Formats: sequence, structure tokens, C-alpha cells
Amino acid sequence: MNKNMHYEEQEDLRLGIVTGGSLTRGLDVKLDNTDLIEDVSVGTYVTIAGERHHFLGMITDISLEMVDPMLSINPPDLSNPFLSRVLNGTIIYGKLHILPQLTLSGSAASLLEGPQQVKTIPSHFAMVRQASEQDIARAFGEEDEKHIYIGNPLDMETKVCLDVSRLIERSNGIFGKSGTGKTFLTRILLAEMVQRGNAVNLIFDMHNEYGWMSTSESGYEVKALKQLFPSRVAVFTLDEQSSSRRGVSTDFVVEIGYDEIEPEDISILQETLNITDKGIELVYELHEHYGKKWLDRFLSQSVQETQEELEQRIEVHRGTLQALRRSLSQLKRLHFLVSEARQNSVASLLAYLNRKMNVVLEFGRYRDNILAYVLVANMLTRRIHDSYVRRKEQAMGESADEPVPLIITIEEAHKFLNSSVASQTIFGTIAREMRKYNVTLLVIDQRPGSIDEEVMSQIGTKMSCLLDNEKDIDSVLTGIHGKSDLKVVLSRLETKQQALIFGHAVPMPIVVRVKTYGTPDSYEHYGSITPTRAKLETEDIDDLWG
Amino acid sequence: MGIEMPLKVAEVIEANTTEFTAQCYELYQAPPFGSLVKTSTAPVEIYGIIYNTTTGSIDPGRRPLARGKEESKEEDIYRIHPQFSSLFRTECNVLVVGYNEEGRIHHYLPPHPAHIHSFVYQCSDEEVYQFSQSLDFLSLILASQGKSPVPVEELLAASLRYASRTHPERGEFLITAGRELTLLLSKEVNCLSTILKRIQGE
Repeated sequence: MNKNMHYEEQEDLRLGIVTGGSLTRGLDVKLDNTDLIEDVSVGTYVTIAGERHHFLGMITDISLEMVDPMLSINPPDLSNPFLSRVLNGTIIYGKLHILPQLTLSGSAASLLEGPQQVKTIPSHFAMVRQASEQDIARAFGEEDEKHIYIGNPLDMETKVCLDVSRLIERSNGIFGKSGTGKTFLTRILLAEMVQRGNAVNLIFDMHNEYGWMSTSESGYEVKALKQLFPSRVAVFTLDEQSSSRRGVSTDFVVEIGYDEIEPEDISILQETLNITDKGIELVYELHEHYGKKWLDRFLSQSVQETQEELEQRIEVHRGTLQALRRSLSQLKRLHFLVSEARQNSVASLLAYLNRKMNVVLEFGRYRDNILAYVLVANMLTRRIHDSYVRRKEQAMGESADEPVPLIITIEEAHKFLNSSVASQTIFGTIAREMRKYNVTLLVIDQRPGSIDEEVMSQIGTKMSCLLDNEKDIDSVLTGIHGKSDLKVVLSRLETKQQALIFGHAVPMPIVVRVKTYGTPDSYEHYGSITPTRAKLETEDIDDLWG
Repeated sequence: MGIEMPLKVAEVIEANTTEFTAQCYELYQAPPFGSLVKTSTAPVEIYGIIYNTTTGSIDPGRRPLARGKEESKEEDIYRIHPQFSSLFRTECNVLVVGYNEEGRIHHYLPPHPAHIHSFVYQCSDEEVYQFSQSLDFLSLILASQGKSPVPVEELLAASLRYASRTHPERGEFLITAGRELTLLLSKEVNCLSTILKRIQGE
């Protein structure tokens, strides 16, 4: 719809009147005319003009009603225009179910405070109309340094914006079935955050999609972070060959020494590596006995030797040792694991992050290798988190600056955050302790149902593309007001480019048509907003290369 | 004369708050079924809708006899017996649907019924148009259900058809009226559909 026309026709956007309902169940709205019913869709917004407040609500259901059940036995002939006009909206009518979300008051004070969460409902027969562009803009703010433009509401041109400061305050999640646009949504979000520079990102890029050019599902090439912001993004790789084959200019090649692997790193891989509980106990014993070099030692010497050496401490079955050896041997296939790393990857990573350089860690040929992904992500994150905790504590003791907020992006999050390992992995800890130490997560997953309930409940802002598994939908909507209503909305999303966004960074749940990314126009936008601290560029980079 | 005199058609011979009976001055010259008439009972004018018309003998004890066996045309009966026009009379039953007090039309019952011998006038098109600006009279008609030998659906349909003639947007008027009726009769779908059938296509 033409934008100007939209404003002029605002008075004509009337839909009907409120006839009943409650704050918890939502409001019932009788449509003035049944003809309108095919023009409204679930997930769109309406404004309700109460006596003192305006309310903004979301359509969550649409139904057909009739006053007298006799009509269904002897239905009138609605092809007759006279009958159709007389009966529509009188004894047969359409009903909308609306979940009120926000109060937009008219008073000066509330104009300053902005929209409030809804705490009451409009009076009987209040007029309901389609929300105008201004109503939505008032609720979601204008795109600026503090607001990320993420997309448009259905059937509207208004921009839906996320509040950056609230976004980085807590962990966030992007969910959706495979192929529904999670990666695009993530790219947009990351690009906007990198551009603004309020936080620094570390992205565990399992499928090599966020650092450098990749091909979209429809076949065209899309630019990624390093190309858009060459001076603010560093690409780390686990597989130099793969990166150079793809023409990626990498900044650092990550190597991990066996001596850096700790028993905890193995214990979260218990399922992936197929290790028994006994095996895990043994890992801890090995670590105790051999110290830092335990893994290298265990894999290089024979099982018999190990058994003899260990027998001084505990009794071990050869079978258990052999099984453990077999499982851990899988690590040998990961070529980035070396007996001793030439450079300390964690230190380099931290050096980049401290200079507000965003880091994308590519997995190269280890894409889709869960073992490599979980191992590396968990190891690096634990060490980075330790460093952040230390620095934050120093900052509290006023002896240092607070560390820059860090957002760690992980894919296939249920591998780290499922109920059986969430308590052990560092990601579980980060998700639970939230922003205390300035580290938060951006969780990307297609099976949110497998993520630990406690972790899900701590996720601040959830962005969900289409989901159709009951368990996944339930899990995403845990703890939200009007869950059953939003369930309908979530399962009715288009398969592409649509997402339901709700939680901390938006004033109310909203379905958005995610803005386009990957076209030349869309790139132009980046660079139009300067980061809060714009001076990181050359000076800092010179520093880095010292 | 420049001012059009209202057409005087009958005289009230029986009245109560909700209705009155009027005898027509001319035999068979009653206003049509469902049309709007008014009677003046100072200081108000009472509006009514013709809901039943009867013609019969002046003397209730004497029933007319069939006279036309030898005649070829019906008119011949009255030509041969001119006194018949005086022996029969036409009466209308009028349902009170509102009143006019100092130029303001009210669509509810007047404070007092009409007086006997009040003149009954047929309303002009302009008056019908003004009166039917509000459709509140429909509920008064509905409330008369069971009083008259005429089914109320017929009366409603006839009065709307009659009033609609005076509206330039005739179709729109009938649709508005139909929607009003639909709300009044939402529990009596069969009754409603009868009326709607009778007013559509006008």
C-alpha cells in the first residue's frame, strides 16, 4: 500500500468493536462487516481506542459467528447482494481474537515514557482499527544508533526496530526450521551489531557463512561481515587450506594443543565420542596422573603402558581403557589439534576482542563436524569467559575498565545446551548468569525443544522463524503472556523471511517480514550509521599488529 | 392556493394509546396498507400506520346481500342502487407509531391518545421521508404482534416499501432498514427472512 495513502485512509481502517474478553484471555472483537474477514490476517496489529488509552494488540485468531444456529440449517442466499449487505455484520459476523500488548496513552507524561505494557483493557464497544504506521513506529522506535531495523510488520512499511542496549543485555535466540531464513536473520543482526559497535561478537561459524562470501539457497552470492566491515571483523580459521581455497583473507589460523584440552572438554563430548561414564571417570584420573599432557601421553603410548602406570593409583580394566582410547582417537582426525600449539589461540582471540574487533571463527572442512564444533567452541569460550570474569571482577574493584560486552554466536545450540550437558558446558553457565560478566549468547538452533528448559527461560529476546514441531513451539514460547494465541501465529508464518520476535528487546511480540539482505542496495545501508566509538579503525589495528 | 393542503381522508371514531380506528369519508378510499397517516390532537400530531382496513354495513345487524346476478358489470350494481355508497362504510385501523410536538418528531407513543372526531390526514411524501429518517418505529410495529389479523411481517414489509418510495436512495434505505430489522429479529430468523424477501428487489 502506498504510504501516503495509508495515512489519509486511516479513518477508513476501522475493523469493528470490542465485545468482550479479558486481559489474560484476550479481547473479542466483532467485525463491522464480514467482507473484511479475508483482509485481516493473524499476526497483524490493531489499535483499540479506549476512553483514556489507546491499546495496541495482535490478531491471534479469526472466527465466523452467527447469532442463531438455525441459520446453519437454513443458510440465507448471500449471492443476493441485498441479503448479503443486510445480514453481514448483523446476524452473521466475523470475530477477531486480539491479544492486547501495549498501552499508548495520549497524555504528555506517557508520551515521554513511551508505550507501556498493557495492564488493563479497553471498555465495552471500544473502536478497533488496523494499526497505522505511526502506531507501530511509536511502539518500536525509529532506526538509529540505538535501534536495529530488522524488518517490517506484515502489510506495512513501518520499520520494526530492536533496542540494541536491551538486546546485548541478555542472551538471545534465533530459531526456526531448516531453510526458513535463520542464517539471513543472523547475518542481518550481526551486521547491524558490528556496525554499531556497542558490543563485540565472537561467532563460531560452523558452516563458513558469516565471515566471507557464501551462496544463498536461491543461488546468488551474498557478502558477509568481513567484506562489509573489513576493518572491524577478523576471520579466524581452523582450516587454512579451505579458507584460502574460498579466497577468504584470514587473520589467524587457530591451532589447539592437546595440552589445552581438559577433562571437562571431553565430558561434554561424552555422547558424541560415545564414552561410557566409567570412561569419563578415567579421563579425570588420567588428567590427575599425567597433568596437562594427559591426552598426548594417553594417545601416544600403548594401552598396556597406561594401565601399568595407572595401577599404582587405581584399578582399571583394560577393556575400559581400550574403549576410551578408541573414542579419543577420533580427535586425531582433527588436524587443528597439535601436540603443542605454536601460538596461544585464546590469547590472540582475546587481543582482537579487546580491541573491539569482531571475530568469526571458520571451521573450514570441519563444517558439520559436531565433534570439532563442540570441542572448539566450548574450549575457547570457557577460557574467554574466565578472562571476562576476571576482568569484570577487577572492574568491580575499580582497578580496570569494564570489558566490552561480548556476544558469542553458536549454532546447533542444542548440542551445548541440551538438558544433559547444559549444566556442564560453559554455555549453560553463560546463559544462566546472563549479563553479569558482560558475556551473552546468540543461540541459533533448529530444535529449540532440545535445549534445556532453564536455559530457554533465560533467553532475553527470541526470534523465531517457522516452527512446526509441537515441542519446539512450546519450548520457544515458554513463559510468554498469551502463549496459546502466539502458538497459532508462530505455526502460520511463511516459510521464508518471516519471523515472530518477542522478548526483552521489543516492546511486544511482532511478526516481521525480515528485511532483505544480499542485494547491492542492502549493503549500501551499512556504513550509514557510525559506531558509538568510531575511533577503533586504523589506530587500533596498527596496535594489533604492533 | 400556494400551500398544498394535507389530504383529509378520515375521522377518528375510536382511540386508545396504541392505536385508533378511523372512518373514511369515501367508501373504499382508505389510505394504502402500511402507509403513514396523522391526526391532529392539539398540541401534538399523532402519526400512525394503517394496519388493517375493513368495509362493511353501517348497521352491524344488517348484512349486505348479493345483488349482481342480473348485471354484467360490477359498477352497474352501484349505479342502479346509489344508496349503497351510504349504507356501507370503510374503516381503517391505525397503529400509533409516534408524534410530532412543536416540529420535533418522536418515534414513541404520545402522552395522550387521539380524540374522537379528530381528522385523519394522509402524510405527504416529505413527511414520510422525514418520519422515516429514524427506524425506531419498526420496534413499535413489532410490539403490535398478535393484535391485528394481519401478520406483523406483512405490515413491516409494507410500511418499509411505502416509506422507501420517498427516499432518493431507495436501495440504501431498504438495506439500512433490513439491518435494523435483522438486529430486532435476530432470534426469529424465519420471520426475518419472510420480511427480507418482501422488501428486496424494490
